[in-house]
Amino acid sequence: MRYLLNGHSLTLDAALCNGCGRCEEVCPHGVFAVVERKAAIMDRASCMECGACRMNCAMNAITVSAGVGCAAAVISAMRRGNTGAEACSCG
Amino acid sequence: MGQGSCGCGCGQPPLTTLSPLEGPPRNLTTTITWRDVLGGWKVRWGLRRMKYRVTPGLYRVGMPDSGSPVLVTANYKLTVDTVRRSLAGLDVWLLVLDTKGVNVWCAAGKGTFGTTELVRRIQAANLREVVKHRELVLPQLGATGVAAHEVKRATGFSVHYGPVRARDIAAYLAAGMQATRAMRRVTFGWKERLAVAPVEVVAALRPLLAVIALVAALDLFRHHGLTRNALTGMLPFLAAVVTGGVLVPLLLPWLPFRAFAHKGAVAGALAAGALLLWRPLPAVEAAGAALLIVAITSYMAMTFTGSTTFTTLAGVRREVRRALPLILIAAAAGAILQFTGAFI
Repeated sequence: MRYLLNGHSLTLDAALCNGCGRCEEVCPHGVFAVVERKAAIMDRASCMECGACRMNCAMNAITVSAGVGCAAAVISAMRRGNTGAEACSCG
Repeated sequence: MGQGSCGCGCGQPPLTTLSPLEGPPRNLTTTITWRDVLGGWKVRWGLRRMKYRVTPGLYRVGMPDSGSPVLVTANYKLTVDTVRRSLAGLDVWLLVLDTKGVNVWCAAGKGTFGTTELVRRIQAANLREVVKHRELVLPQLGATGVAAHEVKRATGFSVHYGPVRARDIAAYLAAGMQATRAMRRVTFGWKERLAVAPVEVVAALRPLLAVIALVAALDLFRHHGLTRNALTGMLPFLAAVVTGGVLVPLLLPWLPFRAFAHKGAVAGALAAGALLLWRPLPAVEAAGAALLIVAITSYMAMTFTGSTTFTTLAGVRREVRRALPLILIAAAAGAILQFTGAFI
């Protein structure tokens, strides 16, 4: 299933990539594949911007504005006047 | 480790059937009892959901030795139950992190299933002495909170991200820690959607009961007794909660539009149409009922984003900013029309 703005903030700097394959390993939606010892974004539209790839990129080749896509958290942050600091508050 | 309470700072004794012993690794069975099944149902329906925990620390599953694999998981008891059931027949170590009773993926998003906690647990469990190898198997969805290279640097242990689902662990280990493509993908089939649906229904229950009480009170006030009008007044709310809480999750892939608020509005419009065909109302009340149903289902659908596996924070922000004002206006207009209509 696709949502809104999937993968919009995801960037990959191939020059920094050492081809370790961690991003491909951790991505729950198969966004990456390592091709000729470099990671590549194969399916940006499936990216939910969870941030697992960035977290596990030892070369800091990946950037993504990560967060949890939860309306309850967004609404409660709005009510606190704290948009940008959404914290998921449930299990 | 293990001070008699779960060590998470909540001050509550660990609510678990597993014995919270101190010191050496504890044993963990792979059998699930009726009590575990009942407990799982209760938390799915929101009963003491945040207190369903297992004492963190190192557990022994089967008869592991210094060469056995070390698996890592969260201390939400529903998670531990799922993992240990999938480990039947295996001899492994299970390192349970203190995620404050939250499942792996959500805890990783918050950072409690994270590098710091993992490094701390490895040291607290004296893992370097317990096993000869220097390898850990983490659930893939824990990767949002854990930086594998930092764990390696801090402890010497190499992180392998195992399958997304616990039921694939045995196959993953048997294949020499190799996950198939399918094991690495998150899915969101109808069974998974229905399993998380009760959260929204339970959240809607309290406001629903308040509205039902209000409708009944108004009817008592006007007619000096409960009449059929009370039921007619309650029906739109009941229909909205069932539609938003159960039908929207179930029909999610087939509802048009990508924004959940839109999906919910479509489902709500269909539900309102069906209800009004079944029990026609005067025009003003009908319009009010339809607006109320659409507003409620749209809102409930939007909050379902948090239970899904593919929504982005940026997308949810945009959706909430655009849809929430319209939902509030529709709800207010609907309430005014329905209640004034009833007085005409």
